Amino acid sequence: MPSPEQWTRPEPGAGPAATAAEPTPEQVIAGLRATTEGGAELTQLLTPEGERVSSAMFDPYVADIDAEALRGLYRDMVLVRRADREANAMQRQGQLGIWVPLLGQEAAQVGSGRALKPRDMAFPSYREHGVAYTRGVDFRELLGIFRCTDHGGWDFQQHRFHPYTIVIGNQVLNAAGYAMGQKFDGKVGGADADETAEATICYFGDGATSQGDVHEGFVWAAVYDAPLVFFCQNNQWAISEPTERQSRLPLYQRARGYGFPGIRVDGNDVLGCLAVTRWALEECRHGNGPVLIEAFTYRMDAHTTTDDPTRYRLSDELEVWKHKDPIERVRVHLARTGSADQEFFDEVQAEADRFAAELRDYCFNMPEPPPERVFANVYAEPSPVLEAQREEYLSYLAGFGAGEH
Amino acid sequence: MAAPVKSTVDTPTSSVQNLTIGKALNLGLRRAMEADDKVIVMGEDVGKLGGVFRITDGLQKDFGEHRVLDTPLAESGIIGTAVGLAVRGYRPVCEIQFEGFIFPGFDQISSQVAKLHYRTQGKVKVPIVIRVPFGGGIGAVEHHSESPESLFSHIAGLKVVSCSNPVDAYWMIQQAISADDPVLFFEPKRLYHSGALKAPVETAATPDPLFASRVLRRGDAATLVAYGPSVKVCLDAATAAEEEGRSLEVIDLRTLSPLDLEPVFESVRRTGRLITVSEASAESSLTSEIAARVQQECFYSLEAPVLRVTGFDTPYPPSKLEEHFLPDLDRVLHAVDRALDW
Ligand SMILES: Cc1ncc(C[n+]2csc(CCOP(=O)(O)OP(=O)(O)O)c2C)c(N)n1
Ligand SMILES: [Mg+2]
Repeated sequence: MPSPEQWTRPEPGAGPAATAAEPTPEQVIAGLRATTEGGAELTQLLTPEGERVSSAMFDPYVADIDAEALRGLYRDMVLVRRADREANAMQRQGQLGIWVPLLGQEAAQVGSGRALKPRDMAFPSYREHGVAYTRGVDFRELLGIFRCTDHGGWDFQQHRFHPYTIVIGNQVLNAAGYAMGQKFDGKVGGADADETAEATICYFGDGATSQGDVHEGFVWAAVYDAPLVFFCQNNQWAISEPTERQSRLPLYQRARGYGFPGIRVDGNDVLGCLAVTRWALEECRHGNGPVLIEAFTYRMDAHTTTDDPTRYRLSDELEVWKHKDPIERVRVHLARTGSADQEFFDEVQAEADRFAAELRDYCFNMPEPPPERVFANVYAEPSPVLEAQREEYLSYLAGFGAGEH
Repeated sequence: MAAPVKSTVDTPTSSVQNLTIGKALNLGLRRAMEADDKVIVMGEDVGKLGGVFRITDGLQKDFGEHRVLDTPLAESGIIGTAVGLAVRGYRPVCEIQFEGFIFPGFDQISSQVAKLHYRTQGKVKVPIVIRVPFGGGIGAVEHHSESPESLFSHIAGLKVVSCSNPVDAYWMIQQAISADDPVLFFEPKRLYHSGALKAPVETAATPDPLFASRVLRRGDAATLVAYGPSVKVCLDAATAAEEEGRSLEVIDLRTLSPLDLEPVFESVRRTGRLITVSEASAESSLTSEIAARVQQECFYSLEAPVLRVTGFDTPYPPSKLEEHFLPDLDRVLHAVDRALDW
């Protein structure tokens, strides 16, 4: 296992931390610090220009990613983005109450999601539609949350994908507990760890790192050596607040204080995210967890469809990040290396359009939930008080049907 | 409140401005910050963005980043540091983005905000205001539509109020800020920008006291008691009932802790019937408290049991179902029928 020191360069007091304490007024006003590069510590396997850079440490973790596998990752990202844009449009058309766009975070989500084995567990926050997709959750099953017909209806056990969590930070402790359970059940380490061991991954944002729950999650996972990968998508913004409102220190460096490794990966590099997450999961499965990954990425759209980012950030910033688009760099790489031709790209686009059309069709035909759903599943065991309330309300409703009013 | 006074010109120079609840709160905050430079606003996204509901719009621009703090994302942090700032002589006004996110701060509220004055035998004051947009009806996802006010009115040491109209919004926020006790200030979020509720706010007037309920409409058939967003529901119900020849009295509680129930007792002694309306679940709630106190004080005047029209004893449902959960005009009138037919 690499020592924590190896993952927490530069030393506290040196480098970014010292300057982060004192941004110039201009920097603060412009919010432009959010556009800075991830720094020397950024792990990257595929540059924004589509160049493959080698890494002695991480190449072995993607040795199996041949041209076909890379085309698969490209396809995943295109599909996820297309579905995201469709959902965003459907919100504009009044079909969804709200949408939480993932635009720009496709590589972080697909790369990390594809690193998981079916037996691993994932705890999302609320923006992880790309991770949901990699867990085999039908994109259509996400829509109920945003059409406000349910709070999430997929098979959480089967997909090993926990319900979305909206209260910032809550899921980090829940994930720590789940990972503790994996450990208590003897699913960590052992001779055949590669075949049987389990790990958990937990998603949260840069803003979430300020919550007490996240701190406690770090402490718990560390104290119990839990097989937990903390996957922080630093998309530079927590609604209107840039990441420096949450931390002086690059976020991945926080891990050091808790005694486990932290690493920053280019969150727009799907190969980098895949490699680093596979590595981190493997560390966890072998008993060296937890691990913190900071995926350095960018929220290219609004926080949600109700947000107006023009009030707090400059469009220049978005323009800079467009040059680091997670999908474009893979396309360029595939094309340049002769790993894919135009026909492939056209096919993927057509498939994505069909995917979106199905989503739209499904959304427009979603049934309304019946009123008795209000009272359903409040408790695992029947509650006479609630039964009575339910009966009283349903008979009151039936009165309208009988034309009382 | 029921009948709008003469229309006025909506200019900044006039002492009368036609405002929504949201704009009235904004202006009230501005006045409080002008009046006392120890008043500071703190919360998530309250600065540059002006808050997700824009209630603090423009305040950071005009008062600076040291008076309007875009804090890190942590409610325990917001409230806990506000306590320290208060000890240091500031008067922090904390914004909780949505009521469903107040719970990471619950420990600080219950353990420190509510008890410091008592624990220190009055030596330490905690003049904090915690603004909480609450209630449903906005078609939101989970945790954005709840009504947790009873959890706070249950805690000794806290004062809890809720406004239902622009005039109160303007005055009550200023009065809460100048109060020496901690005040939980519940704001009816779905009415923030309601044009229909726009009202002339006379900024040179003398306001009613903060901790007093108010009779909004006189009637003799039954009494409706509500606060926050449910006040409008009751006023609409009273208007509808009037068309059927029934006159309902409507009381806006305004203060939830301490409760000011004298006007309610007085009313129930005349009408003999009481219906309390709230979006919060009924069990162990403010509506339970009111029912208990009224039956104690008005036992011989009651012609029917106190009835409650509330959210059900369930979590807030997915919002496609919220029309069923929220008390509406029909459910209120149904309760009135029951009370009158008892
Ligand atoms: C406890 C809590 N407080 C406030 C909110 C309101 N809120 C929703 S998202 C958000 C910003 C989150 O930022 P970050 O953690 O960076 O995640 P991102 O949305 O950027 O993915 C806030 C303040 C919330 N959901 N939960
Ligand atoms: Mg973020």
